Amino acid sequence: MDFKLTKEQQLAQELFRSFAENEIKPLAHDMDEAEQLDMELLGKMQRYGFFGIPYSKEYGGAGGDNLTYTLCMEEVSKQDASCGITISVHTSLCCACIDMAGTEEQKQKYLRPLVDGTAFGCFGLTEPNAGSDVQGAQTVAVQDGDDWIINGSKIFTTNSAFADTCVVFAVTDKSGPVSRGLTAFIVDLKNTPGVAVQDNIKRMGIRAAQNCIVTYDDVRVSKDRVLGEVNKGFKIAMKALDGGRIGIAAQSVGIAQGAINETIEYVKVREQFGKPIAAFQNTQFKLAEMQTKIDAARLLTWRAATAKDNHEDYSSLAAMAKLFASDVANEVTRMCVQLMGGYGYCREYPVERMMRDAKITEIYEGTSEVMKMVISGGMNLKKK
Amino acid sequence: MKIIVCVKQVPDTSGKVAVKPDGTLDRASMLTIINPDDLNAVEAALKIKDQTGCEVVAVTMGPPPAEKMLREIIAMGADRAVLISGREFGGSDTFATSQIIAAGIHHMGLNDDDIIMCGRQAIDGDTAQVGPQIAEKLGIPQITYAGDIKVEGKDVIVKRMLEDGFMNIKMKTPCLITCIKELNEPRYMSTFGIFGSYQKPVDVYDYETLKDEPLIDKDTIGLQGSPTNILVSFTPPLKGAGVILEGADKNTANELADILEKKHII
Amino acid sequence: MDNYNSADISAFKDVWVFCEQREGVIQQTSFELISEGRRLADELGCKLYALVLGDNIEKQAKEAAGYGADGVVLCESPLLKTYTTDGYTKVIVDTVKERKPEVVLFGATYIGRDLGPRCAARLHTGLCADCTHLDVSVPVYQEFLKGASTLTPERIEGTSSAIVMGQQHDVSHDLKMTRPAFGGHLMATIICPRFRPAMATVRPGVMKKAPFDQARADAAEIIRPVINLTEADFETEILAVEKAAKKLVDLIGADYVVSVGRGIAKDVEGGIKLGQQLADELGGVLGGSRVTVDSGWLSADHQVGQTGKTVHPKVYIALGISGAIQHKAGMQDSECIIAVNTNPSAPIFEIADYGIVGDLFKVVPMLIDSIKAVKAAK
Repeated sequence: MDFKLTKEQQLAQELFRSFAENEIKPLAHDMDEAEQLDMELLGKMQRYGFFGIPYSKEYGGAGGDNLTYTLCMEEVSKQDASCGITISVHTSLCCACIDMAGTEEQKQKYLRPLVDGTAFGCFGLTEPNAGSDVQGAQTVAVQDGDDWIINGSKIFTTNSAFADTCVVFAVTDKSGPVSRGLTAFIVDLKNTPGVAVQDNIKRMGIRAAQNCIVTYDDVRVSKDRVLGEVNKGFKIAMKALDGGRIGIAAQSVGIAQGAINETIEYVKVREQFGKPIAAFQNTQFKLAEMQTKIDAARLLTWRAATAKDNHEDYSSLAAMAKLFASDVANEVTRMCVQLMGGYGYCREYPVERMMRDAKITEIYEGTSEVMKMVISGGMNLKKK
Repeated sequence: MKIIVCVKQVPDTSGKVAVKPDGTLDRASMLTIINPDDLNAVEAALKIKDQTGCEVVAVTMGPPPAEKMLREIIAMGADRAVLISGREFGGSDTFATSQIIAAGIHHMGLNDDDIIMCGRQAIDGDTAQVGPQIAEKLGIPQITYAGDIKVEGKDVIVKRMLEDGFMNIKMKTPCLITCIKELNEPRYMSTFGIFGSYQKPVDVYDYETLKDEPLIDKDTIGLQGSPTNILVSFTPPLKGAGVILEGADKNTANELADILEKKHII
Repeated sequence: MDNYNSADISAFKDVWVFCEQREGVIQQTSFELISEGRRLADELGCKLYALVLGDNIEKQAKEAAGYGADGVVLCESPLLKTYTTDGYTKVIVDTVKERKPEVVLFGATYIGRDLGPRCAARLHTGLCADCTHLDVSVPVYQEFLKGASTLTPERIEGTSSAIVMGQQHDVSHDLKMTRPAFGGHLMATIICPRFRPAMATVRPGVMKKAPFDQARADAAEIIRPVINLTEADFETEILAVEKAAKKLVDLIGADYVVSVGRGIAKDVEGGIKLGQQLADELGGVLGGSRVTVDSGWLSADHQVGQTGKTVHPKVYIALGISGAIQHKAGMQDSECIIAVNTNPSAPIFEIADYGIVGDLFKVVPMLIDSIKAVKAAK
């Protein structure tokens, strides 16, 4: 067992860290206030290859691995979780679907621009009436000659405000359970008649991320946009979400580490009762507990990413990483606000934003309850 | 055409500067970075590569760990690198350093259409001497303090900054340019460059490699080849606690102006 | 000249100061160097010459001598009208080889730092960059160390000799060139014991200019070396020379930052103007605290602090800034902090090297006047 990053992973970590500190950090506060991402910033992140890390150079990707992708998610989310989720949805949901299920032609046509930094991707699964339970999905696609016609609406489609490509899931066979009648389609969000992206949904946290309702009104797509086999979309979605959870775990680690770093800087200079609050044992012990939990969360995340890189079964490992890390992110950010007192509660200091941002990690890409279902499902608990 | 970029690994003086009791710098306890101005030289070279597809080669003289810095420059977009490293080269001042780097460049081969780029100066020594001295030893023209660079075939046109303006100067390749930070904004590494960076060639030139170069002999390299010696190095007296200058009047203003003058600020 | 040997120490004599002219005007820093060179020449017991290259420049050269030189080494040619690396290097190297000065000083300007290294490399000698202090006399040098260093008396005593190539070397005839490194965290004194001339570039503004002496200017000996310079010696071609009014500086890279805060509230426009004037006087840039940006007094790119920029200039002057933790976060690593504030218990004074308790609208104009006076006296 070797917990050391490779030399290339270390260089990548340096890149992510310095980029996030120099480029993202100065914008994070304003982006949150404006509930808007800085598109110039995203453009830079594309150019430096933040959007194609674990994909092959053969398709224009960086040729890195999933562990490096978690390093990116952590460093970016340390400064701004909204930028983190933007990368995550693009990389481990949208691109992952095309990479795992796409034909060679689809990969060249759709994956390449996504991973080489010229296009953005999103993922349309969740519907107003189908969250954790996909069974309620109402978006349908019916065949019309060589084409498919999609009707319905998707909610919380992250990145949809600016994305070029969306992997959309629609029911194509209502005869059985949705899990056996769901099909994935690659939809060009910008140039397809019938696609409408609504305004950014007002949210508590990750407010800069673009998270919208997308409606599909008689959207006609050709059959070469069917991703994988017809009626086999559910498996694609579930596998993508398994991988996505590694990204969310890393995002959670980043939020927590970012908050503790800000807090450490603060407690060293903030004086109360005649000494810096860092000199109080309560502060020291709280920080020690928090850092230990963050490290544990990071190791769980790295283990899941490494398992994925090694093509091992990582579904439970990813769920454990996300369950634990998202819990840590919430606990740590809450405690950081507490340590910083009144200032921590002020929007001028980033921990206030981080605490709001942390909450979503327990909800999206599978709630903590769903994580427990996945984990316990792998524990052989059925009655003999 | 190739562009040779000379870079130096330096202690990060933006953080805490550690000084040993004997007054010399405690390099071991400080983080190392790529010298900031050198990054502008790297960026200038990569910009020309973006336009022309030329080769970019990073060159440094330093201890073996400097390889990591060269990998970073490859991850930014350079094609390969050369690490000049050897016990015999230690203790060199700017004269001897430029002698060795010039020999390394000569060994690598300097073609008619090649350009050498350096940063203006390094933040550890702040001498700004190695660039011009490399040019001198290779017998090629130089332009220092480049604020803009245009390459048109074998003609290089550089906007050479002065304190109070600039000159536009034309020279022919092969030539050397030193770059200032206003020239450009250095790019970061990219993930595209990082993965695979350790498979790109980094040649190590030691004394054995260079010993037959005409510029190399024991009287021109290392401590022995350095015309200058350090008589003593020392730290200025510690800055005491803050001083409140009493009275907000003309005398106080004069007092402060005198202090500024003594500190060579005005 | 083929038998020129830079290691033949005893063959070298006199101090030269390279006088930099731009468009026929000799630069102030050259006058400072001539005055400093006078002291060094006296300590060495030799003559001081101003080395002037240009075209039709005799009058200005003689005037330069009025700041302390015994004579002028005057190199005139239409090809030397404007500075070029190749032309100037060739003429200076030829002249040094012919006349063998033991010390040559350059201003550490963009031109001096282009020319000095090239000449030193061709002459096979040492060059010390960006010096802030020069000495020959050992007692004078040791006196300097007592005030400027934290060295022990024994260590200072030991500077009268050095180990050079494994041998004890008496430094009493060497130019001792002191310079900062690592942004002034460390100082070093450099010698060039085995080769001549000892060469240094000297930071502009550091040396004091002596009063102009017309009699000395009139009496200056003129030496005109033979100039062997043709068009063929040039590998560079100057296409244009232009003056620029505005320097390329920004907050983060600036050596001097003057920031204003809430203290300018009673007269925002006037306060900003004063801050800018002080910044201009120092060659720095104007910054501001968060309140100045939030209130729309200054644009966001001026903001120093937690949510603004982090700066570490050589000097940071805080005018009417209380020094809230979020502001300190952006500037506390500045090398020297000067604060002006009406409130004596403002936190900014805790980290300031120098503080003035007072109204910035009264203090700053006086400070600008004092700085101008100091500059004028130079």
